[in-house]
Amino acid sequence: MFDLSVAEWTALKLSLRIAVVATAWALPFAVTTGWLLARKSFWGKTMLDGLVHLPLVLPPVVTGYLLLIWFGRRGPIGVFLHDYLGIVFAFRWTGAALAAAVMGFPLMVRPIRLALETIDRRLEDAAATLGANSVLVFLTVTLPLALPGIIAGVLLCFARALGEFGATITFVSNIPGETQTISAAIYTFLQIPDGDAPAARMVVIAIVLALVALVGAEWLSRRATTRFHGE
Amino acid sequence: MTVLAVDVDKQLGVLKLAVHFRAAGGVTALFGPSGAGKTSIVNMIAGLLTPDRGRMTLDDTVLFDAAEGIDVPPHRRHIGYVFQEGRLFPHLSVRQNLDYGRRMSKRPRDASEFERIAALLGITHLLNRRPRLLSGGERQRVAIGRALLMRPRLLLLDEPLASLDSGHKGEILPYLVRLRDEAAIPMVYVSHTAAEVRRIATTVVRLDGGRVVATGGLELLAGAEVEALE
Repeated sequence: MFDLSVAEWTALKLSLRIAVVATAWALPFAVTTGWLLARKSFWGKTMLDGLVHLPLVLPPVVTGYLLLIWFGRRGPIGVFLHDYLGIVFAFRWTGAALAAAVMGFPLMVRPIRLALETIDRRLEDAAATLGANSVLVFLTVTLPLALPGIIAGVLLCFARALGEFGATITFVSNIPGETQTISAAIYTFLQIPDGDAPAARMVVIAIVLALVALVGAEWLSRRATTRFHGE
Repeated sequence: MTVLAVDVDKQLGVLKLAVHFRAAGGVTALFGPSGAGKTSIVNMIAGLLTPDRGRMTLDDTVLFDAAEGIDVPPHRRHIGYVFQEGRLFPHLSVRQNLDYGRRMSKRPRDASEFERIAALLGITHLLNRRPRLLSGGERQRVAIGRALLMRPRLLLLDEPLASLDSGHKGEILPYLVRLRDEAAIPMVYVSHTAAEVRRIATTVVRLDGGRVVATGGLELLAGAEVEALE
């Protein structure tokens, strides 16, 4: 049963690539957003908070449609990115990564924000009296102490990105080899006669990937926690 | 001799801090009951709390001057601070905690200085441990070492024994006395315990209700002995 066809391999590799790229790009933005929400008060903070969480509560189709309108070939942001940076999202795997990043973003921001909120600020004061400027305080104290939260956020975003379906298919369609992820492949196989066996194989792969990601993150975050707090 | 001159006002809720004193070398104790504003004063000296008005200088360096708009940030004051609760970095080993100040100022490693201070404080055997696994007394000694190794111009100690039980208090005081006698770093020592101040201080600044009520030698402790016993 586990001789994967070329198409299935392609979907698997594409899914991993999209999820990795989406998570990597989302990370710096998520740390910045989490830090802003945890530490700063500014005009429009509630708006930002709402905006970040919107993809979590909107129907994914709506998110995908909004991405299509803004980042599509004729969308205002899409045109700008194409003309000035040569980046195209529409119907490309990059678009699938964008959709996955947007959908996973709120799940990444939340644990990072919580981690930053629970850090003892007095440790940062101590670092300052020892000669660390604010950037060094952030890099040597704040960020390492927030690591368990960052790991949790990365995992949640990665898992979400791996399974993203609604926004992706709306935004970049379901093109084999370009935007057809595992989820989209399962959906496609289920639409055709004799598709049950390949669909079942993809389902098993999806379950294995999810389990590996979960166990891996659990291990990482346990390691990070024991490093800080002893046994 | 290093001279710290403090003349600042700060409104803290209902407490109005208005303090004026000079600390010249040796160990200056800020002595007074809880709520007298002692911790706020050292926080202002360290740059962690901004006064409303006034001026602070360390020798000819202006640390703060409200009128001239000078407020040197804490990381550029070169003032060591030993906090009541140690505040060691939980994600770093004892060695890395001790080394933190040197790394931040990008000074080259000085193994002999490191070993001398670790030996002075009796923490050489703890270097590879995490702060979580240390006793209260060990933690405070590491905190003192960490502040010393940044080569401070002035060392602030905010009730460094308050979080320890009486057995462990005795474990720290001799180190501090050695520090006073061997290292030429002036200290500001906050405490509400007369017995502690008597052992360590060379000058006493008595505080009450946010004001300096007297400045002088150890004789200022005489009247306080009884109240300190609680």
